[in-house]
Amino acid sequence: MLNQSDEHKIYVKNVKKENYSIILTRIVILIAFFCLWEIAGRLKWIDPFLTSTPSKMYKAFIQIYVEGTLLSHIFITCFETIIGFVLGTILGTFIAVLLWWSEFVSKVLDPYLIVLNALPKVALAPIIIFWVGNGIKAIIVIALLISIVVTIISVLNGFKEVDVDKIKLLKTFGASKLQILTNLIIPASIPTLISALKINVGLSWVGVIMGEFLVAKNGLGFLIIFGGQISQLDMVMMSIVILSILAYVMYEMVAFFERKVVIKNK
Amino acid sequence: MIKVEINNICMNYHSLTAETPALKDISFRVQEGQFLSIVGPSGCGKSTLLNIIAGLITPSYGEIVINSYDDSSSFSKIGYMFQKDQLFDWLTIWDNVLLGLKINHCITEDNKDRVKNLLISYNLWEFRNHHPRELSGGMRQRVALIRTLALSPEVLLLDEPFSALDYQTRLNISDEVYEIIKKEKKTTIMVTHDISEAISMSDEIIILSNRPAVLIKDITLKFEENFSCPLKRREAPNFRVYFNEIWKELNGNA
Repeated sequence: MLNQSDEHKIYVKNVKKENYSIILTRIVILIAFFCLWEIAGRLKWIDPFLTSTPSKMYKAFIQIYVEGTLLSHIFITCFETIIGFVLGTILGTFIAVLLWWSEFVSKVLDPYLIVLNALPKVALAPIIIFWVGNGIKAIIVIALLISIVVTIISVLNGFKEVDVDKIKLLKTFGASKLQILTNLIIPASIPTLISALKINVGLSWVGVIMGEFLVAKNGLGFLIIFGGQISQLDMVMMSIVILSILAYVMYEMVAFFERKVVIKNK
Repeated sequence: MIKVEINNICMNYHSLTAETPALKDISFRVQEGQFLSIVGPSGCGKSTLLNIIAGLITPSYGEIVINSYDDSSSFSKIGYMFQKDQLFDWLTIWDNVLLGLKINHCITEDNKDRVKNLLISYNLWEFRNHHPRELSGGMRQRVALIRTLALSPEVLLLDEPFSALDYQTRLNISDEVYEIIKKEKKTTIMVTHDISEAISMSDEIIILSNRPAVLIKDITLKFEENFSCPLKRREAPNFRVYFNEIWKELNGNA
């Protein structure tokens, strides 16, 4: 017995050791990458005007931060993204429910959905700007458009994958269609809904940055396009690094939410 | 008393290119409290017949009559059990067994007590707050049966209820389910392709032919008193006799 528990301790220790070394290696790679970048820039292996260097990015960061606009740029981009993916998920799920409800409508709309899915939604941006105005609304609508079609298709597929025998079971209980929806289809599709949410986070970033390229006067997308126009590649690179960090944090937040919900379901 | 009357059921399947007859003029009666099994080659339309009796499919022709003492009950008179237990993974055992009552807006203290007693008498009460994935296949199938019994159906329909289980569990659980059904005095119709299982559990067996299925034989089983449960019945001397009789009928029509 004692022997066994010792064996287990060693096992746990080894697993933990491996996890630590994975995280450690990741950090080392990140630091090495930035160090190499800095050294290569200083020693003119690469042209720092084109590639920038971490130190120049840091200077650009401090400069904008001192100007006091950085936080509002970050805030506005995050705000647009969150609104975009939340709306995309909610509206997309709602439309998927309608399509599930009426097989006729679902069959009729099928080719239209396929076309809308294939169409690069950014192509609609100039029209949207005319429709809703040159500002934050247009950006949110573009982000929404990019995520909503994928949501409809993936959530509807999730709904349709629910075991027909489970539907039959509820019918033998005398359940109405609404009861089948609320008691079975939606709870059974929670994993699908969360994976749609995860995809939408990524798509919303694409939509928001594209939107900001086209219309914005602030936001990280604006900083990127503005930096490009005035040949301030330090600013562009810095914005991209911030964007990467934000995208990662937002993804982790959704993953955290997923773990919560999945644990609750278990 | 005759509990279920199946009168001249015909069923045709339609596709754009053809009309396929699946069931042809099937009639039989089930006495109250009787356990009747339907056996037949796979794909002959046994499950279709069960769905028709459950009212899930309308037959092309014919009628189903279920005689009831009490027509006031708002619940369905039919309880259906599937090949897989079809428990909802996101609900606890307790919420799973109450599902039918919830759908019918009938979660009263009386009904809850009744379901509670069912869980207690079949040794599942201590697992009420567990989720289905924490239970073994046999226990899950027992929970599924109690979920069906919660609505006090008068007729139970079992659609190959044990075929998703491994052999050992299958023998044990068919014993347990048989005991529960007899104790609750339910009229039962079971569809199976397993001849031994049908003989071990039933009072009567009807045999269907290949598609389009017709009723080719109706056998009433008689066992001596001491072969009281399915496992014991498998040792009865006339078990083999019945087996061979059904085997011949099925193969003569293959």
